[in-house]
Amino acid sequence: MKTQKSNYGKLWTGIGILMFLAPMGLILPELFRAGGAWGEWGVEEIRDIAGYVPGGLKHISEVWSAPIPDYAFSGWNKGVKSYIAYLASGLVGIVIVVAVSYVLGKVLKRENDDRVQ
Amino acid sequence: MHIPDGYLGPITYGSLWAAIAPIWFYASHQIKKTLKATQIPLLALSAAFSFVVMMFNIPIPGGTTGHATGATLIAVLVGPWTAVIAVSIALVVQALVFGDGGITAIGANCFNMAFAEVLVGYAVFRLVAGRQREATSTQGTRFLIGAAIGSYVGINLAAFLTAFELGIQTILHVGQDGRPIYSPFPLRLTIPAIMIEHLALFGIIEAVVTVVVLLYLRRSHPDLLRRQS
Repeated sequence: MKTQKSNYGKLWTGIGILMFLAPMGLILPELFRAGGAWGEWGVEEIRDIAGYVPGGLKHISEVWSAPIPDYAFSGWNKGVKSYIAYLASGLVGIVIVVAVSYVLGKVLKRENDDRVQ
Repeated sequence: MHIPDGYLGPITYGSLWAAIAPIWFYASHQIKKTLKATQIPLLALSAAFSFVVMMFNIPIPGGTTGHATGATLIAVLVGPWTAVIAVSIALVVQALVFGDGGITAIGANCFNMAFAEVLVGYAVFRLVAGRQREATSTQGTRFLIGAAIGSYVGINLAAFLTAFELGIQTILHVGQDGRPIYSPFPLRLTIPAIMIEHLALFGIIEAVVTVVVLLYLRRSHPDLLRRQS
């Protein structure tokens, strides 16, 4: 058990390293003047590309306001600040993803234990 | 490949929610049967890896960006049904917290990347790896080639499904003025736009990520490369 824990510890370190490198996912596209992913444009960009804003698209695009849209904080959209926000978003995201995984894992395991008994 | 809110009409996003719900139920059922307390950290590690690897946007100079998903890699390491749940957790958090992919499109994005990509990537891996389902330091070439081809095929299938779902909106939902009311780009645009970049670049990135991680784990955590099933 103890060795297994330290084993996983190394993998968590790997996740941490990836997290610190993640702003490369913002810096490289800027460096190479690449836009976002194909088909993930906002409403304004759709207007530029298609020449109009489809009504249903605009309507449904407003159903949800994410707390940290596009891994950025408001006013922190450019330069070093945007890289810091991206890094912080990565940390927040990983913490939530890990918490959800543990809760779900515990719930599923408990049901499993109940059934065995 | 994260379809935002508004691109898909209710027929498509509703169908894909209806499709993913029983898949999640079945995957949870499979996990229930096998999950041990010691494997919960692997589920969390898998979900965290999928989340963070998708933050690495790879640019096509002057064009668009894309990223790896880790889906097939995770399936090879923890089994396909645990991988379905792990990648789904990453996608749901991306949608709810970061607006990366829409919430109406969670069913679609999970169907594409957490179900189709995982299951087909894993099936291709099994097919190519054959009986070599363990990779040790002295063997494992077929294992690695299987994982590479599986992840390349898997991500390209997810890309194709994404392009197909986006493209059919111009057929399914047209307004009174004859113009599409959801995603306005027809199949003849979405298929080449999304497929060429994934066949030529992002699929190869996915395969490279898979092989690099497996090569590392083969040395540091050989136990993870010994299949339990």
